[in-house]
Amino acid sequence: MRVPLSWLREYVDLPATETGRDVQAKLISAGLEVESVEHLGADIKGPLVVGQVLTIEELEGFKKPIRFCTVDVGQANGTGEPQEIVCGARNFAVGDKVVVVLPGATLPGGFSISARKTYGKTSHGMICSGDELGMGDDGSHGIIVLPPETVVGKDAIELLELVDEVLDIAVTANRGDCLSIRGVAREAAIAYGLPLRDPALLDVPGPNAFGYPVQVSDPFGCDRFTARTVTGLSPEARSPLWLQRRLQKVGMRPISLAVDVTNYVMMELGQPLHAYDRTLVQGTIGVRRAEEGERIKTLDGVERKLHAEDLVITDERGPIGLAGVMGGANTEIADHVEGEGTTDVVIEAAHFDAVSIARTARRHKLSSEASRRFERGVDPQAASAAAQRTVDLLVLLAGGTAEAGVTEVVAPSAPHTISIPADHPDKVAGVSYGRETVVRRLQEVGCDVYGQDELVVTVPSWRPDLRDINDLAEEVIRLEGYENLPSTLPRPPAGRGLTHRQRLHRRVGRVLAGAGYVEAPNYPFVSEQVFDQLGLEADDPARRVVRLTNPLNDEEPALRTSLLPGLLGALRRNDGRGTHDLALFETGLVFLPRSEQRVAAVLPVDRRPTDAEIAELDAALPEQPRRVAVVLAGAREQAGWWGRGRPADWADAVEAGRLVAREAGAELVVRGGQYGPWHPGRCAEFVVGDTVVGHAGELHPRVVKAFGLPARTCAMELDLDVLEAAGDDTPQAPNISTFPVATQDVALVVDKFVPHAEVEAALREGAGELLEGIRLFDVYENEEQLGDGRKSLAYALRFRAGDRTLTVDEASAARDAAVALAGERTGAVLRA
Amino acid sequence: MSAPNKSYDPVEVEALKPEEIERMREEALAAFAAADSLDALQEAKVAHTGGASPLALANREIGALPPHAKAAAGKLVGQARGAVNKALAARQGELEAERDQRVLVEEAVDVTLPYDRVPAGARHPLTTLSERIEDVFVAMGYEVAEGPQVEAEWFNFDALNIGPDHPARGEQDTFFVEGPEGGTESGVVLRTHTSPVQIRSLLSRELPVYVICPGVVYRTDELDATHTPVFRQVELLAVDEGLTMADLKGTMDHMVQALFGEGMKTRLRPNFFPFTEPSAEMDMVCYVCRGESVGNPDRPCRTCSSEGWIELGGCGMVNPKVLTACGVDPQKYSGFAFGFGIERMLMFRHNVEDMRDMVEGDVRFTRPFGMEI
Repeated sequence: MRVPLSWLREYVDLPATETGRDVQAKLISAGLEVESVEHLGADIKGPLVVGQVLTIEELEGFKKPIRFCTVDVGQANGTGEPQEIVCGARNFAVGDKVVVVLPGATLPGGFSISARKTYGKTSHGMICSGDELGMGDDGSHGIIVLPPETVVGKDAIELLELVDEVLDIAVTANRGDCLSIRGVAREAAIAYGLPLRDPALLDVPGPNAFGYPVQVSDPFGCDRFTARTVTGLSPEARSPLWLQRRLQKVGMRPISLAVDVTNYVMMELGQPLHAYDRTLVQGTIGVRRAEEGERIKTLDGVERKLHAEDLVITDERGPIGLAGVMGGANTEIADHVEGEGTTDVVIEAAHFDAVSIARTARRHKLSSEASRRFERGVDPQAASAAAQRTVDLLVLLAGGTAEAGVTEVVAPSAPHTISIPADHPDKVAGVSYGRETVVRRLQEVGCDVYGQDELVVTVPSWRPDLRDINDLAEEVIRLEGYENLPSTLPRPPAGRGLTHRQRLHRRVGRVLAGAGYVEAPNYPFVSEQVFDQLGLEADDPARRVVRLTNPLNDEEPALRTSLLPGLLGALRRNDGRGTHDLALFETGLVFLPRSEQRVAAVLPVDRRPTDAEIAELDAALPEQPRRVAVVLAGAREQAGWWGRGRPADWADAVEAGRLVAREAGAELVVRGGQYGPWHPGRCAEFVVGDTVVGHAGELHPRVVKAFGLPARTCAMELDLDVLEAAGDDTPQAPNISTFPVATQDVALVVDKFVPHAEVEAALREGAGELLEGIRLFDVYENEEQLGDGRKSLAYALRFRAGDRTLTVDEASAARDAAVALAGERTGAVLRA
Repeated sequence: MSAPNKSYDPVEVEALKPEEIERMREEALAAFAAADSLDALQEAKVAHTGGASPLALANREIGALPPHAKAAAGKLVGQARGAVNKALAARQGELEAERDQRVLVEEAVDVTLPYDRVPAGARHPLTTLSERIEDVFVAMGYEVAEGPQVEAEWFNFDALNIGPDHPARGEQDTFFVEGPEGGTESGVVLRTHTSPVQIRSLLSRELPVYVICPGVVYRTDELDATHTPVFRQVELLAVDEGLTMADLKGTMDHMVQALFGEGMKTRLRPNFFPFTEPSAEMDMVCYVCRGESVGNPDRPCRTCSSEGWIELGGCGMVNPKVLTACGVDPQKYSGFAFGFGIERMLMFRHNVEDMRDMVEGDVRFTRPFGMEI
């Protein structure tokens, strides 16, 4: 809501010295979010005067038509001689009154005016358009033609009210009353402790039987409808300058007198109004719900199909307006320039149900100045005053006659009262205001207050947002000043710290960062083609996605089922920016639809939902497990003065999985696997218990190509939730023997495709309890020495007993047992 | 070794003359002094103390002396050998020290060489800043609560007093989830704030409840320098008997002091949120200029645009309707809540100028933040 300070001052006698910034600070402190103060005309300097065009000479031979004019500016130029001015606009004639800026003046934007030669003539100033004066675009881009009665030589800065300050207020959803100058003036009056001249306090004739007939069939949707009629309007009448200027300053474009007047009164009082061309309305005006299938063409020219819940204004033919949102084209006020202008109007000032208007506006995606106000709450008591104000202005400005008939259809309603303990605001704030202050503050906002310890508060008609005791407490506390609240600390009960899961998530991040990975969180939005790029089978469960109905990007309507697409995107982005040695990680949720999808119910809010109801809501949500993933490309170890570097490879990716599992304290089995995105020969499958929890390795060359990744990019993805559940939070301390260690090395030859993990497992089991540790220290393939398709695995076995020094024979026997079992299980033979 | 000489030669042995012994000693000492390396000294050692050295031979001759002469000769030779060995040890020590010194110099390296064999990793500053904030509250006794990101509308809106027709519901720029069989109605959204976690906490925890709810939230804003559709919030909820707005303010003051240093404070400005009543916008003193840039054109502050305050987020007393929806008696309990965006705080706390830097995952942005901030 834009509020010109000059308009505000009409209703509150703010001290003359108060600037827009001062008022802004006061209103902010009272709770209005004044986002900015625009200083209109701050840099305008005269002389800027009213002139009358005396002669026009059309200059020929230029690219565009140019006029050389003489203009009478009275004594404003010091000589009284006509001012010679070159002008490119054409929307004026000899005799018109115009705005002339003389040499020496400055226009908005620091544009200095001086006499200058142009188009072969000397122009001593300029004839001004609204744009050039900072008045806002009137759509014509032409120069301003003033009313004929304007006095030549008069100062135009004052005449056009070019200098002003405008407060721009972001009105919150509860304060519909502040979508009007009246409402903001009330807040300013309270903030300054000054009286308010309420513009809605008008003499209004009572309703009678002669008014325009109105039939309200839905008193819930429309609890008040005032209709007034004005006849004999002059179709040529134009909005006076002061009215146009005020509309421009609040951000509206002047259109025609009748429309301007209804807009003006809406801005002034907050009551949306509508003017119908009386000759186009046929019979009784009605208010009812639309019938299914009915249509209306609204003023914006759109043909709309109505919904049975839409509230409509009708005449005998059917809908003539979308109530509280927008009028219909079939009863539109005709513009005076189109010849046959409107002379008789019916004015509607009604009050509609906020929810109904909100739904209609949303349904038709049609938000108007009227609907914004009705949604947020309009003062129902202001309707008749607003109608009267409109009538008065039309009579005054367009020479119309107010008809005596006054129609008012009012559904009976009682004012809203709230019972509140007098010390409730004190309890909410933690401050002792005392009853007296509480009562005074509530009265200031317009409440009637009775009672002692228990106050009975009747809220004013313009504050429908005041419903509960905390609403009233807020009024008291904000007017007493939020800045005056003390600062105290509550004493929460002793907490238990982070949960196991939360600590694990932090640890996983730290261990991966410690291993050289950089965290790169990504958006979860993906396209469904990404699963083709990942090489997933047609029936891969990861292809089942949660979709958005309104994605930001139509190409990416789905939520991720894997962290890889986002992370690979980040890898590619970094690579493209010249960083080629990359190790990235992310932990985050993936979204997996349930097999049976259902709609989440809307539960009541007047009680706690039952556990069953909550469970049902949760069952309508997708599963959202937390995953961890890494991607690698380029060098894992840099080349340097120490020697050669080492490219990142499948083993790094697998090790990242082991790192994470170790932090989780989970026993992770690594075995060869095959899964879509990975190289079929270089893919590890991670298993916890019986569950496959993830994969790691080098990506499939097809995937590398599809994503445009560096060759041999590697990746790992793992389900953190399963790891966490399988993890052991309390590792047990081993017994540390201080007897000497006995080391035995064995080299075993096995078939090339026998996994090391199987050989090691057999060695461990065969070696028995004397085995302290085992480590693979070499893998060797040589066809000549080992035979085709064979490899040698060399292990160092460390034996130790807890109670004695082992003899060589004991250690050798354990080693032999280990080798024997490995031989039995995997076909391993000792290397000759 | 020859057998002891039982017979003796009455003739005086030439080699055992005192002047001969003295000469042998002098020669040995001179040879040691002349040795300029450990190798040379080794040669001299063999020559002058070895089995074939003059003094060793002289020693052997003592046995041939008559008994009365043996003692004197033995003493003479013994003293000479002692002096020679002592000189040898001294020279050995000198040469070893010299060698050690030279070798250490030769082994010197350039310790300024880099060793970025595996470059350091880092955690994302949004993660670590969120953790930092969590830790402030965990230290006060709060617990960290989490919830789903794809959330039922009831949790995200209705339970928070944002009914289906509430104007604020339309202002939330919500992502809606497709319903079963591609329908538009699902009752499910991407959560627009972490407030549904507050609801879940009230429903699942024993009173009193003091929780901090960090997490990713979603709004349909296009990514630009100051907006991102996916961002992180931290929200706080305290529900207990007798909580007041003064408690809310004190808690926020404590938080900004813990995060930005002593002397920091907050201010409240009235505002409106459906889930709190009264509601407020909270600002903190600009931690860079501490308000000194206000009205001081010579010392403009970029961080707060010389306003002196930095907008932090929204807060207020939990609306009694929210408590009712969670089965908490608003007659007995009251509560406060506040929430703010981590991105914004990271921007002004660490001079991040463009929101996009936080979402693009460029390692050059993230690395400097290390493990914690």
